[in-house]
Amino acid sequence: MGTTAFEIHDMTVAYHRRPVLWDIDLQIPEGKLVGIVGPNGAGKTTLIKAALGLVPLASGKVEIYGQSYNQQRQIVGYVPQRESVDWDFPVTVRDVVLMGTYGQLGWFRRPGRVEREIADRCLQQVDMAPLANRQIRQLSGGQQQRVFLARALAQAARLYFLDEPFAGVDAATETAIVELLHTLRSTGKTVLVVHHDLQTVREYFDYVILLNMRLIACGPVESTFTQENLQKTYGGRLTLLDEAAEAMRIRESQ
Amino acid sequence: MTGLALSEKIMIGTALLGGMSGVIGSFAVLRGRSLVGDMLAHAALPGVCLAFLLLGTRNLLGLSLGALATGLLAVAAVTGIVRWTRTKEDAAIGIVLSTFFGAGVVLLSVIQKPGVGGNKAGLNGYLFGEPGNMLTGDLYLLAGVAFVVLMTVALFFKEFQLVCFDTDFAQSQGWPTLLLDLAIMAALALVTIVGLPIVGVILMAAMIILPAATARFWTNRLHVMLLLAGGFGIAAGLLGTQLGRNYPAGASIVLTGAAIFLFSLLFAPQRGMVSRLMTEFRLRRRIAREHLLRSLYELGESQLPELAELHLEQIVADRYWKPRTLERLLDIAVDSNWIKRTDQTIQLTPVGLRHAAELTKTHRLWELYLMQHADIAADHVDRDADEVEHLLPESLLLQLQQQLADEGRLPLIISEVPKSPHEIGTDNT
Repeated sequence: MGTTAFEIHDMTVAYHRRPVLWDIDLQIPEGKLVGIVGPNGAGKTTLIKAALGLVPLASGKVEIYGQSYNQQRQIVGYVPQRESVDWDFPVTVRDVVLMGTYGQLGWFRRPGRVEREIADRCLQQVDMAPLANRQIRQLSGGQQQRVFLARALAQAARLYFLDEPFAGVDAATETAIVELLHTLRSTGKTVLVVHHDLQTVREYFDYVILLNMRLIACGPVESTFTQENLQKTYGGRLTLLDEAAEAMRIRESQ
Repeated sequence: MTGLALSEKIMIGTALLGGMSGVIGSFAVLRGRSLVGDMLAHAALPGVCLAFLLLGTRNLLGLSLGALATGLLAVAAVTGIVRWTRTKEDAAIGIVLSTFFGAGVVLLSVIQKPGVGGNKAGLNGYLFGEPGNMLTGDLYLLAGVAFVVLMTVALFFKEFQLVCFDTDFAQSQGWPTLLLDLAIMAALALVTIVGLPIVGVILMAAMIILPAATARFWTNRLHVMLLLAGGFGIAAGLLGTQLGRNYPAGASIVLTGAAIFLFSLLFAPQRGMVSRLMTEFRLRRRIAREHLLRSLYELGESQLPELAELHLEQIVADRYWKPRTLERLLDIAVDSNWIKRTDQTIQLTPVGLRHAAELTKTHRLWELYLMQHADIAADHVDRDADEVEHLLPESLLLQLQQQLADEGRLPLIISEVPKSPHEIGTDNT
């Protein structure tokens, strides 16, 4: 099956002692486009954040090309949810994309000509080059998403995590993102994408993670994205896990 | 610096304070932490009083350390309350701020009693600010803090920008976001505390917030915003102390800052209210003009290519114009040479016809599109098209035209530009 790009071992994640992900165990081979699919509150975003070290793990570990995230963060790119930042912040489109190079730059060094060239190239890849000097507030939702994608491209990573890149974007941007995903795959990158639209899973991805607080299934789309697995993911909302978590939450808040 | 007159010391001191609070305040405002400055200032009062009781003198460094101690205690209290109870942050800040300030006022009254402490002159200045108490040593302290704060911002500009814009992304890149956040807050605390004797506990927050909020009106770039905020802070400090010589200095500095803010809010290009109202006004006027032209086109459409002679009542009836609005629009149209007007009749000129035909085409393209793709009923489509068509960029219209042509709903428009009468590319100058 080739190299494993991303691996999670027995991972449990809890917010304020309330578990949101139980005992996740999965492996993603290199060069796949992976959809992370599941109902609201299934822990899709949490899975990504845990992988990036943004939320603490209650137990288990995450490995990127066989090593911990801290050792490998230079080869990981991240696209957070679009609503997670203030789009009235006083920066231009190019400024945001340049932030992708900060990780490589390290302390104190300012982005220079080389970094600006990288940023402009990444903007070209998402068809945003003419808007490089725009203030970010003057962008449409789809354009904002493209800026975030360009910033991740500027990270020059091998493994990408995209949190709902298709949420609230226009059709043209959706097509552009899909094309970009294909380009990334053809250069051997691995991309994990939180995705909401079940209709397009087969079309966009070749691997899928079905998630509902626990891992339902993880594997190639043809064999994994089945009616039966979807039933397990979306059906029976009040599973035992849900009830347990709810009980813990209520006890906490008393 | 010993040779400086008091007024010169005051000028230098307030300018230093204004400059550095503008710069660090920009980060606080962008990070959504502007109230932390307010809380630090209020919570510093009991610290100042306690330090005075302990030391028995009004030494700025000593009092500042006291202020810093209770200020940090207040920050810890807010963090704890938010973390461990279900109180929201704004409520927690309000509670802690007023509790500490209350304690400070009580301590202040204890100190005022005869027989307590040493020379208490100027301690009251911490409430409303009193730059007249400034000693040469205080000036050195201010300059030192300004140097440290500005150097910190210069060194960590890129990191501060990143953490203020997108903390999660910063953390995913491995930046110590908590430390960077703390560094911003520490700088903010330093500036707040050395500013207390000048503008006072109650008004210090304004020094942090006003220059930054003002600067935001004038620029869309962070580094420019920092420079401008520093400049506005200095201006508020200098002008405030000059203009308000007979009034409490803190108040006149803050009022000067507020005046600059008000001016910016009204007159800044793009983000200022006047400019935004102007844009809105121009848009409305253009829309009204376009409505008039389309109305004229449609009223005379059956007689084309003859230019119909229309009567005022016809036009009024078509769109229920208010007479005054219509008269003004007609005047503009006459001036632009779009219509010819006699006592009785109104007639499009050939130039006006060309404009009107173009506008009508846009409108109808949209109607067709909306009816077909948005399932809007034919008797509603006129109004719905109206709401968007005036704002459409040219490129989208061409796309729309192409799409409708492709679907066979529109005759394909072939360029009507005649063939060039000379060879293209030859230099005919």
